[in-house]
Amino acid sequence: MTNTSTRNKVLWTIVTILVLLYALFPVASILATSFKSPSDLTSGKFLPSSGTATTGNYEQILVGDAQGLFLSALRNSIGISLIATFIAVVLATLCAYAIARLDFPGKKLILTTALAVSIFPVISIVTPLFNLWRTIGLYDTWLGLIIPYLSLTLPISIWTLAAFFRQIPWELEQAAQVDGATTWQAFRKAIVPLALPGVFTTAIIAFFIAWNDFVYGISLTSTEAARPVPAALAFFTGASQFESPTGAISAAAIIVTIPVVLLVLLFQRQIVSGLTSGAVKG
Amino acid sequence: MASITLNHLVKKYGDGFPAVNDISIDIADGEFIILVGPSGCGKSTLLRMIVGLEDITDGDLLIDGQRVNDKAPRDRNLAMVFQNYALYPHLTVYENIAFPLRLAKGKHSEDQVDKLVTEAAATLELTDHLQRKPANLSGGQRQRVAMGRAIVRQADAFLFDEPLSNLDAKLRGQMRSEISQMQRRLGVTSVYVTHDQTEAMTLGDRVAVLKKGELQQIASPRELYEQPVNLFVAGFIGSPSMNFLPATLDGTTLSTAIGDIRIPEEKAAKAAGKRVVLVGVRPEFFEDAKLVEDSKRPHGSTFMATLTHTEWLGNEQYGYINFDPAPEMRELLNSLARDMDADELRPQVVVTLDAASRIRGGREAEIWLDTRKLHLFDAESGLNLTRDAEAGDALTREAAEDRAEEIATAQQADRQGGSAFGNSPSAGGTATVDAGVGRSGGASAAGGKHAAG
Repeated sequence: MTNTSTRNKVLWTIVTILVLLYALFPVASILATSFKSPSDLTSGKFLPSSGTATTGNYEQILVGDAQGLFLSALRNSIGISLIATFIAVVLATLCAYAIARLDFPGKKLILTTALAVSIFPVISIVTPLFNLWRTIGLYDTWLGLIIPYLSLTLPISIWTLAAFFRQIPWELEQAAQVDGATTWQAFRKAIVPLALPGVFTTAIIAFFIAWNDFVYGISLTSTEAARPVPAALAFFTGASQFESPTGAISAAAIIVTIPVVLLVLLFQRQIVSGLTSGAVKG
Repeated sequence: MASITLNHLVKKYGDGFPAVNDISIDIADGEFIILVGPSGCGKSTLLRMIVGLEDITDGDLLIDGQRVNDKAPRDRNLAMVFQNYALYPHLTVYENIAFPLRLAKGKHSEDQVDKLVTEAAATLELTDHLQRKPANLSGGQRQRVAMGRAIVRQADAFLFDEPLSNLDAKLRGQMRSEISQMQRRLGVTSVYVTHDQTEAMTLGDRVAVLKKGELQQIASPRELYEQPVNLFVAGFIGSPSMNFLPATLDGTTLSTAIGDIRIPEEKAAKAAGKRVVLVGVRPEFFEDAKLVEDSKRPHGSTFMATLTHTEWLGNEQYGYINFDPAPEMRELLNSLARDMDADELRPQVVVTLDAASRIRGGREAEIWLDTRKLHLFDAESGLNLTRDAEAGDALTREAAEDRAEEIATAQQADRQGGSAFGNSPSAGGTATVDAGVGRSGGASAAGGKHAAG
């Protein structure tokens, strides 16, 4: 018994390490590259050659030549993603609550439509959107990106939140109503506190989707007015036409990863579900 | 405190299926009513209609004479204890109990809230746990928090939806007596849904037996046990349940599959004209003929039977007799079993014998049967032909008188012994003993059997 469990442990440890290596190696590689000097880029080594490690790439995008391109893109990305996330979560919360609690005609239709929209290939609607946005003046604006981002974030938000609301015992709400609460009070005092972890999780997923988008970002923008980071990275250039901007792109990639890591670390506790335990038997 | 009147209540779902069909019950102020029946009989639906969580399709629901059909749950001033407690997991025990008070904004000052919650917690022995979250409590403690939330405000009535079904057997017994004492002490009208007949028999002033959304009989536990109105009630109440034997009646002789039984003339007279009847015999009406006292012997008749096996339980023993009913009777017995949630009923008779009896399985023995108490049921309609309505009414009247007395005693003891019964074990103890005696024969017999079986 102990033998097998020790062997199991060892086996799991090895598997975990392999998976971690597989997942983190690209990140580590980009991190190492971001500190390489332009001449060192093609050295074929993982780490920068000794003595040549430099923060030049970071300086370039934060205070140097590429500053205008990168900082405005960062601002756009943060703004657009946050707004799109906020709208998606608020709408999805109300929608998912209705789906989980009420019995109304067309409930199934809403869910299947949401699913259909989320699996619809983005690339196929980019061209019509491009033409439409240009005609009605949404091209190269924040709103012009927020709306398509909602189409990406809303379906997944509705699905995760609906699943989450279904887990919350309905009896809590009924108990609150019997205790003297109005429907709204029951929702606010008994359901919302329990739903918070689910809402956080959904918000983070929605934020990542908006943050990571590239196709809409590059197709529906043309200037720094609305271009998000993933698209902006494609416009980086080297110091001369014979120099590739790999170092600067790596530095920018590291910088845009930081908010994502921070978000997960900050809301780790909220994401962990299990707050509902103790509400009912078990 | 309030009386509740159910006036021809009907609940139909979208597909037209009546979950509750034309139920009328008058619940007096301070009365403890039990709704009992097999699963799917509409008992929980009825309770939820009273509290306002289900719409009422037809009929009137009156609380203290006021029609409340269209009132929202929060305007009905009722307190409900849910089957799985429905505690708010993000709030402490204290805040859980205070929840109803906080919702009634402005009615209670912070000091009042604190006083009420502390009192309720003391009553339920939760004082040490006030700052804990429900997730860290045991099942019994959660149950008590749910009760605390109900008693903390001055609700007109308590509604219980199978509150003990998630607890283990020992705790269930303990909580049962706590609920009973609390109800007597507060004298608050209560409606209690259960499928456990021990709870039904021991807690209720009156028990309403439901089947497929229809009220079969509402009476004191003892009347249900001794004077059931039909086959269903007779079979549902009591454990092990009543034996049903198909029989043909000829004069005062019933010929059954286990032998001929002579019955008293007045019973035979009530069933006159029916050729085929079902004889309802409770297991304890049987006895080993050798052990029957001579003075009792003339009240019954004896027959020879071979037991398949016996089960000795210490205080008594069960014997089993198989019999082979006619095919059409078998069908009837099976449908009866289905009504009561059981699988196909094996045609057998359960007899309760004295623990000293030497009758063993496989040998033919003489069994005595007390024919004064048996009932005859119409094989088609299932109605009890030998029901003595007057005797039944007398039993229920008795129970009502007992209740009034118990409430008075409990409240008097309460006044003498301080506000919380947790602090006055002697007063609480006396009340329990009174209650046990007051509810008498039928209930304690059923309770004992249930525990044994």
